Amino acid sequence: MPEYNWPEPSKRRHIGKRTSRLDGPDKTTGHATYSYDVNRPGMLFAKILTCPHAHAKITKLDVSAAKSMAGVKSVRITQDVGTEIQWELDEIVAVAATSEEVADDAIRAIQIEYELLPHFVTEEHKDKAPSSEVAKEESTGDPDAAAAAAEVKIKGFYGIPAISHCCMEPHGQVCEWEGQDQLTAWCSTQAVSGLPGQFADKLEIPTSNVRVITPYMGGGFGSKFSADRWGIDCAEMAKEAQAPVKLFLERNAELAVAGDRPSAYAKIEVGAKKDGTLTYWSSESWGSGGIAGSRGSPPLPYVVEVPNRRQKHISVVTNSATARAWRAPNHPQACFLTMSALEDLAAALKMEPLDFFLKNVGLMGERSDIYESELQKCADLIGWKQRWHPRGEGKGPIKQGLGLALHTWGGRAHNSNCEVTVYPDGNVEAKLGSQDLGTGTKTVIAMVLAETFGLGLDDVKVHIGDSRYPASGGSGGSTTVGGVSSSTRRAALNALAQVFEKVAPGLDAAADQLEIENGAIQVKGTPDRSLSWRKAAARIGPTPITASGKNPGPGKLNDSGVGGVQMADVSVDVETGVVKINQLVAVQDCGLIIDLKTAESQVYGALIMGASYALMEEKILDPVSGRMLNADMEFYKLPGIGDVGKLEVHMMTGERHDKRGVIGLGEPPVISTGAAISNAVANAIGVRVPYLPLTPDRVLDALAKGGAA
Amino acid sequence: MAKEEMGEQAASDLSRRDFLRGGATGALTTGLIASVGSPAEASSHGKVLGPGAVSAKLKINGKVRAVEVEPRTTLLDALRNRLDVTGAKRVCDRGTCGACTVLLNGKPVYACSVLAIEAQGQDIVTVEGLGSPGELHPLQAAFIANDAQQCGFCTPGFVVACKAFLDGNPDPTLGEIQKGLGGNLCRCGTYAGIGPAVLEAAKALKGGARNA
Repeated sequence: MPEYNWPEPSKRRHIGKRTSRLDGPDKTTGHATYSYDVNRPGMLFAKILTCPHAHAKITKLDVSAAKSMAGVKSVRITQDVGTEIQWELDEIVAVAATSEEVADDAIRAIQIEYELLPHFVTEEHKDKAPSSEVAKEESTGDPDAAAAAAEVKIKGFYGIPAISHCCMEPHGQVCEWEGQDQLTAWCSTQAVSGLPGQFADKLEIPTSNVRVITPYMGGGFGSKFSADRWGIDCAEMAKEAQAPVKLFLERNAELAVAGDRPSAYAKIEVGAKKDGTLTYWSSESWGSGGIAGSRGSPPLPYVVEVPNRRQKHISVVTNSATARAWRAPNHPQACFLTMSALEDLAAALKMEPLDFFLKNVGLMGERSDIYESELQKCADLIGWKQRWHPRGEGKGPIKQGLGLALHTWGGRAHNSNCEVTVYPDGNVEAKLGSQDLGTGTKTVIAMVLAETFGLGLDDVKVHIGDSRYPASGGSGGSTTVGGVSSSTRRAALNALAQVFEKVAPGLDAAADQLEIENGAIQVKGTPDRSLSWRKAAARIGPTPITASGKNPGPGKLNDSGVGGVQMADVSVDVETGVVKINQLVAVQDCGLIIDLKTAESQVYGALIMGASYALMEEKILDPVSGRMLNADMEFYKLPGIGDVGKLEVHMMTGERHDKRGVIGLGEPPVISTGAAISNAVANAIGVRVPYLPLTPDRVLDALAKGGAA
Repeated sequence: MAKEEMGEQAASDLSRRDFLRGGATGALTTGLIASVGSPAEASSHGKVLGPGAVSAKLKINGKVRAVEVEPRTTLLDALRNRLDVTGAKRVCDRGTCGACTVLLNGKPVYACSVLAIEAQGQDIVTVEGLGSPGELHPLQAAFIANDAQQCGFCTPGFVVACKAFLDGNPDPTLGEIQKGLGGNLCRCGTYAGIGPAVLEAAKALKGGARNA
């Protein structure tokens, strides 16, 4: 039995080094084939007729003209007369035709009428909501006594809107049947191994008859775990037409229907002793993730376990599509609400926020000392001590300010299976039913494989993105890198043990006395009794060795639970209300880092996504029509390369982090960026802008209510 | 100075701040509307085509290819749906995000906003025409070295836009890069790598290799 652990830091050839992602050459040259790029012989193109109303009943539907058009091969009614549609752009009819143009014409030829029904899309005004319920209510300690005893107390109202995932590659797939019951689907999905079962259930065929392939995927951020109704329609149309069908969402549906992070609004009261010690928290929060309500509740208060606290969260139903997990579900909302209130309290206490958080670091749980060192590191990097000033003390029309926020996430490794094959020519490959969302999954697997066999990255091959490979978990919740690195390491060690068995006699040693060192198998500590890897592999005989490994499994290879601190430096033009980011700094721990380069990229990317939802992103639903007013990329704004300021990332490394094993990283760094920027704006202009995104009109509104003029 | 301006404007009962507060929605006033690449010169030959499919010839990456397209078909859809040239991506499909950027006679255009029949007779260069995995263009190599891609879906458009940008400005500053590449959007947040990648490629391209 091998010992399942990570190699000592001094012996690592790949792990912890900065490695360029292995699919870079395919991606930068356009050779990477995404699901949206798959073109099959005889393939049809599908389009969807969507509902233009937020709440309506279909009273008439006539698809006969569409059906009789030349080139139309399948017309599928998803929701028929009598159905009550609950959100704008919901799918009514799908059409597959010989070209997109013909499919468009067919959609236009469909006759449909609706009876309009009342809608509700403005959940900020929860008292007007036709449907809401208490999702969570809890209390710890004695909040009433703490409220009475608090020496300094503030009350605040804060709000963060629903935003969309806005994946670059829209949701969709290409479906192709072989015979009547064998389906292959090229899906843009975060769950290659999980999707066949979803297709099989709906299509009433065996799961083993469904193959899902995702060689590359163009962004998911939590929104792509479902086969989705349009996926099932695509498969059904392909079956009816007896031809492959490509169906990908148009951008308006991608923004309005296929992506949604629930909103959150809160009235918060928080109190402390004069010295800054937090004693009291009370919050009433509410929010909506569409027709299914708020989908959970933000964990309030966030990071800081205030000893006496009560919170109540109300789930509000709105006429919009159901929320999907958005990178760190509920955490960015909780972080923004909590960190805003705490920073407002620090201002009332006339304390520097850095001192305030350091004062309360004892309330931050078992890794509070990590938060302490992260706060100090981040402060050093941004020059906090030299540059911070009390709220609103800048001169001139451009006010500069600093803000900070803290976050936490789990990131426990998911279930994963890996099969490793060693060929007699010395080549090594791994197969996993996993997927690379752009996070570097494939590169990380290759690094673990090469590390274990003492090989170069060119000597190993990694196959992922196919449900025929051993099942691996969906990529959500920052669970992938821990899962696939652990299953790969175990499989590789198991395969290596078999190689040792084969070559041990020739080296005149027992198999358990062998080790891999400098690209050769040797008797432990005896380099003159060794075999190069190629020679060793040649001794395994003509049949390749295969071994499997899974997670969870023996040995401590991964862990969960990270912190992280971010600080923002902004300038606000108090005449125009425009917020400009000067600098964002992230300090992040995540246990043992496999690839430092792609890990840092995750954090850089998260800072940019955080800047995006802090300053620009919002699904704007029209109260009158119930429609999303900005379901396009002109007005659903994302930042460009010049809009994000200077970015700095510091990854916490060293023995303490290293020995925890691998912990996921995708979610945590996106959580606190919005809060840090909001706090920096409050520091700059002397008043809280209670809502994200921090658009100029909101900044000016806040200034009008008092602040730096 | 701010006070003086405010004082003057207050006399007219409408300050700049009040105007911005009341006069426009936030989404419209962030001042971050990306600059768009120059559209191709609209061709007007006076000949009416369509509405059915017509035969067209497109010169793509040096090769002339025949294709049957309806006159309303965009260059992007002709490339992706009819010719299986899928490097250019369809994302916003209305000239905002830059993921479909290609070169028309050396000028960057959004292929979603050019009709296929209008692109006839012009040199169309897509990302596939710049380099291949075995023979990377210096920009592609620099994108890899600086990890300027994550999911990679915006990357082909970015690489082509960067090529056009460097053709016009072979020795840019980071500030010029940030202005010049404002017409391309990324969701994963790869901008931190793109700036250094363009600087690195600019360095590598000096000495005549620029149009290699």
